[in-house]
Amino acid sequence: MLRIYCPVCGLRDETEFTYGEDATVRRPDISETDPKVWHEYVFIRENPRGRHKEYWHHVAGCRQWIVVERDTLTHEMFGSFLAREVTV
Amino acid sequence: MSHYSALSILRHGLLGNKHWPRAWRDPAPKPSYDVVIVGGGGHGLATAYYLAKEHGIRNVAVLEKGWLGGGNTGRNTTIVRSNYMMPGNTEFYERSVQMWENLSQDLNYNVMLSQRGYYYVFHSPGQGDALRRRANVMRANGIDAEFFDRAEIKKRLPFLDYSASARFPIYGAFLQSRAGTARHDAVAWGYARGADKQGVDIIQQCEVLGYIWETDKIVGVETTRGPIRANKVALAVAGHTSHLASKAGLRLPIETHLLQAFVTEPLKPLVDHVIIYGGAHFYISQSDKGGLVLGGDLDGFNSYAQRGGLPIVEHTLQSAIALMPSLSRLRLLRHWAGAVDMTMDGSPIIGKMPIEGLWLNGGWNYGGFKATPASGYCFAWTIAKGEPHPDSAEFTLSRFERGYQIDETGAGPYPKAQ
Repeated sequence: MLRIYCPVCGLRDETEFTYGEDATVRRPDISETDPKVWHEYVFIRENPRGRHKEYWHHVAGCRQWIVVERDTLTHEMFGSFLAREVTV
Repeated sequence: MSHYSALSILRHGLLGNKHWPRAWRDPAPKPSYDVVIVGGGGHGLATAYYLAKEHGIRNVAVLEKGWLGGGNTGRNTTIVRSNYMMPGNTEFYERSVQMWENLSQDLNYNVMLSQRGYYYVFHSPGQGDALRRRANVMRANGIDAEFFDRAEIKKRLPFLDYSASARFPIYGAFLQSRAGTARHDAVAWGYARGADKQGVDIIQQCEVLGYIWETDKIVGVETTRGPIRANKVALAVAGHTSHLASKAGLRLPIETHLLQAFVTEPLKPLVDHVIIYGGAHFYISQSDKGGLVLGGDLDGFNSYAQRGGLPIVEHTLQSAIALMPSLSRLRLLRHWAGAVDMTMDGSPIIGKMPIEGLWLNGGWNYGGFKATPASGYCFAWTIAKGEPHPDSAEFTLSRFERGYQIDETGAGPYPKAQ
């Protein structure tokens, strides 16, 4: 069981959250016409073995989206921020 | 290396079983090879075996950072089947099942294939229609598929929950009778022995740290046991594909996730088949030792940890009891997790990479074990001939750019949903 720190609610169980995805992926501008850029956005992921910034939705709590930095090998957490307040 | 037979068992038995030779050598790495395969699991060892057997390429090394079959080859639920309906998948997985059927004879090693049949139980008319469509596609491709209604399934699988209070009512089931299970360790060991016999060097405790480059071409690998040069470097490291590809500057449509499996205390024979629950992601079979082998959903977030979390333990056991209430007092002996490559369409990648000298076999999602023979066969073909085998030709990396994803579940580009 992961224990995830929510900036609003404090330390809560993983089961209160829904996993989003890699928080470093940025949607291209809607006027972007290069298919390579859209291919990167839709399909390609860094998938690091180590520190990973990711979105979690505190769906059974305050319903805020948060960004958590977590080590994908050890599950150690390095801090949480409200997604709307942070630029990843 | 000796040939295994009833006679050899008798002879060694009479000698007290003290003189069995090693099943494979433990050589030191040579400075260079024609092909270096990274990853000593089922897929890497099968690739080495077929490179030697089918293409006469014997100057090959398989490098393994731990021990043979210590990754996902030894962590899966051992199920073999070919109930796929997307072009590209159907013929590939059927080739694999046909290879499984003769694998023990081919390898002279008992992989304990048990074609006990694979039932997929469905719980609504709509789910039944979708399964019937799948069965029709399979039959059109010459693959066996049968359909049974609730009354027949109740006779065949009497221990499922048919009561009015069942969580999901059972409408019927789909059966692939040639599907079943095999002993996963034996697959790695059988391929290792077969490859070694033909001159392949199997080198354990040898982790690849990076690549040797000549301008923009890969000409070998840097390892914990020194540099090893090779004309071709082939990765078969599913679970860690992104990690090793990133050292070559290659970025892939893959996320690494955890998939758990479970074994209960042993029972007398109870579950004669592989049974898939249509109400949630759950499947069950019984091992030859009597333990019930259970599998469920992904843990649901990126992880390389190779250990599972408790929420999925609870979820899987809830599914088990919803399907088979009689399991409620059983105790679990063990649970574990493998780190699996989840691709953006749920299908694998086999082929030559955009970097000269680098070949990749990965992205096996939940389903790498059943694919082992065909994966090794087709990857060896691809490496030897420089072009894809017809049965794996759709598993390109470029399909994502071209818009030709093979999305068997129709889940879209969400790895955790495949």
